[in-house]
Amino acid sequence: MAHDHNVNPNAPLEYQSEVGRLNITGFWTFLGAEIALFSTLFASYFALQSRVGDGPTSTEMFEAGLVMIMTMLLLTSSFTCGIAIHEMRANNVKGVIIWMIITLILGAGFIGYELYEFVHYVHEGVTLSTSAHWSIFFILLGTHGLHVSIGIGWIILLLIQLARRGLTPKTASKVFISSLYWHFLDVVWIFIFTCVYLMGMVS
Amino acid sequence: MDLKWNEFIITGDPLILGAQISILLGSIAAVAALTYFKKWTWLWKEWLTSVDHKKLGIMYILSALLMLFRGGVDGLMMRTQLATPNMEFLDPQHYNEVFSTHGVIMIIFMAMPFLIGLINYIVPLQIGARDVAFPFLNNLSFWTFFVGMALFNISFIIGGSPDAGWTGYTPLATNDFSPGPGQNYYLLGIQIAGIGTLMTGINFFVTILKMRTKGMTLMKMSMFTWTTLITMLIIIFAFPVLTVALAMQTFDRLFGSVLFTLHGDGNPMLWVNLFWVWGHPEVYIVILPAFGIFSEIISTFARKQLFAYKAMVVSIVTISVLSFLVWVHHFFTMGNSAEANSFFSITTMAISIPTGVKIFNWLFTMYRGRITFTTPMLWSLAFIPNFVIGGVTGVMLAMAAADYQYHNTYFLVSHFHYVLISGTVFACFAGLIYWYPKMFGHKMNEKIGKWVFWIFIIGFNVCFFPQYFLGLDGMPRRISTYLPEDGWTGLNFISTVGAFLMGLAFIIFVYNIYYSWRYAPREKTGDAWGLGRNLEWATSSSIPPHYNFAVLPEVTGLDPYWDMKEKGLDQQKNVDYKPIHMPSNSAVPAIMSVLMGFAGFGLVFHWYWMGIVGAIGIFITMIVRSFDYNDGYYISVEEIKETEAKANK
Repeated sequence: MAHDHNVNPNAPLEYQSEVGRLNITGFWTFLGAEIALFSTLFASYFALQSRVGDGPTSTEMFEAGLVMIMTMLLLTSSFTCGIAIHEMRANNVKGVIIWMIITLILGAGFIGYELYEFVHYVHEGVTLSTSAHWSIFFILLGTHGLHVSIGIGWIILLLIQLARRGLTPKTASKVFISSLYWHFLDVVWIFIFTCVYLMGMVS
Repeated sequence: MDLKWNEFIITGDPLILGAQISILLGSIAAVAALTYFKKWTWLWKEWLTSVDHKKLGIMYILSALLMLFRGGVDGLMMRTQLATPNMEFLDPQHYNEVFSTHGVIMIIFMAMPFLIGLINYIVPLQIGARDVAFPFLNNLSFWTFFVGMALFNISFIIGGSPDAGWTGYTPLATNDFSPGPGQNYYLLGIQIAGIGTLMTGINFFVTILKMRTKGMTLMKMSMFTWTTLITMLIIIFAFPVLTVALAMQTFDRLFGSVLFTLHGDGNPMLWVNLFWVWGHPEVYIVILPAFGIFSEIISTFARKQLFAYKAMVVSIVTISVLSFLVWVHHFFTMGNSAEANSFFSITTMAISIPTGVKIFNWLFTMYRGRITFTTPMLWSLAFIPNFVIGGVTGVMLAMAAADYQYHNTYFLVSHFHYVLISGTVFACFAGLIYWYPKMFGHKMNEKIGKWVFWIFIIGFNVCFFPQYFLGLDGMPRRISTYLPEDGWTGLNFISTVGAFLMGLAFIIFVYNIYYSWRYAPREKTGDAWGLGRNLEWATSSSIPPHYNFAVLPEVTGLDPYWDMKEKGLDQQKNVDYKPIHMPSNSAVPAIMSVLMGFAGFGLVFHWYWMGIVGAIGIFITMIVRSFDYNDGYYISVEEIKETEAKANK
């Protein structure tokens, strides 16, 4: 921040200010760290996958229909988030806010179904303490779900700022960064869907 | 967790009682002094909320020196207990706690913050920048480190210290075998500090990539900046592993998951693997910046450009890649297949190649140089042979089959002290003394400094060299006592004498800080040693002004300041100043970190309401930050002119 405010008016709004550019680079770097974080969780999941002890296996618990709904909700939310950024490039504040709200509703739906799934498992007697397999299941999915929830809260704050201040280089870079985060969580979910659910249901 | 008050505050141990009383008296004295001299506002406004990378650097170094004292006292207590057979100075439980905290403190709360402090102060100057990419985050990094450190350190007076080793191996560290709050302190203290380290990693990575001054391409950066860049990259990919591992063990201990337990089909070895997937890169996080510091000092005082700059860069990058591929060598004996052991044996030995390249580069840098034997140069010279001893014994340990003999003996203890002390600790001393005039405007006294150097070097070798032989004689690490029949008495006693020599050297070092503050002549120029090569010496005054450079320097090659001096250029003089934009201070990081400490302390004792209240508080501070549109402020041309005119008068 301790540098000139050299503004480049030809770049997209979020890249125009030096601070905006730095923040975006910084956030990409942070996503690198997030990849390491989720990789560790996935590695632990694979290491503990077969350790079900006296508890049930994934095949006995997973339901394809529920997971498909969750997946569609989150994938669609990534699409609507992309449209929101498209609207931002077109300098349409209203469009950004509307598409972001749709994104958040889809995200909240995803979280709702995830909570329902967790509660359902607990009612069936499968908890964090059932076996190492279920411990890491809840921790991996819980970490992802926590990220999505924090994302929802964060984007709500940004929407308030957008409504108040309109599209400026500063608000634009914030919204753009939150969209990077949202897409990243979608990518992680694709891995969870494949490695945890699909592989868990066929084995 | 049901605790009685007499269990909550640790009682009944005279050593801990002494510590409690001295902490109490020390705190009262500090508060009284701040109140008497009316320094509270000054402390808060000028330091605690500062986003200036220079002030944060100094605060990091002060905290690290404090931790060097604490960790050192732990070390001396262990050496006292082991001085003679059947010693009754520490009981076995207390001994377990002391070696656990010694390790954690020295690695996580001494070595890393010391180096991060030097990096904070020096790297922005070396790349010709006015601050880091994210100054707010920089302050938050410091505070999370500080609060994590504080949380870890109060364990020995409130509730009891962790006692499962600095590695916190499961199943020993699970609730079944380590009940009580000790291990929770370990998990939460390191977790909070680790968040700060990750943020430092991102911050300096982006700073070095994006904020270098005009003309400074990657291959024109100083070696210290290069090592910092690569260290930050290692932090970015290694620290999330620790975050996850600590969170998983926390879940086991607090919320009943069964990941690392012996029941519920848990897998304790998973913790061991995860710990070292972080733990081995961590070793390089504390050694690479040290290599950078030695490179700077050796090239400065040999008055030569660093030999084979490109080979240095290539070897740093190679080391960083290999550092992620060797973690299994920490547990060759835990039942891995021969194939796995062979693979990790070879990758481990491979690290000695780029490291050896660097050693030769330092030697060739000095070859035909006109060497000045200043104190920082002495530390750097001593580093080379001592580090080679540590490195060669490391290659011995890398042979998986032979490791069955060395594993968990004093041979290993001696090996890692040889690399970590002669690598990291020597570099911390060398770097601090070398850059001391840059930080405080005067040098440390050279004569006292040389006494410190010799006493420490002799003490270090007297302490740790005998331990190689104790290890070969079969003395296991982490035992609290031994018998006269074991035949380890003589070497142990010698080792203890050496440890106390190092303690003596530290006391003289601290005295030297005071002595130099009182009596050392004040520096007149930015180039205190007269031999500076990089941009940190190009500032207009000995202590850089708040904005570092009135005009950002332009660089054409390696060793830019040396180049400017040869050409007789002073880029800071006779130029048209423009207003300088600087970031504003913020109280949010301090408050947010204290709330993290509050939540962490609650979780240590399973007081979940404290955790929830703390978490809500943290979210509120985040919201405050999100709505903060403070864009910083401008320093006017008049103010710059005034500051520059006053420089060095």
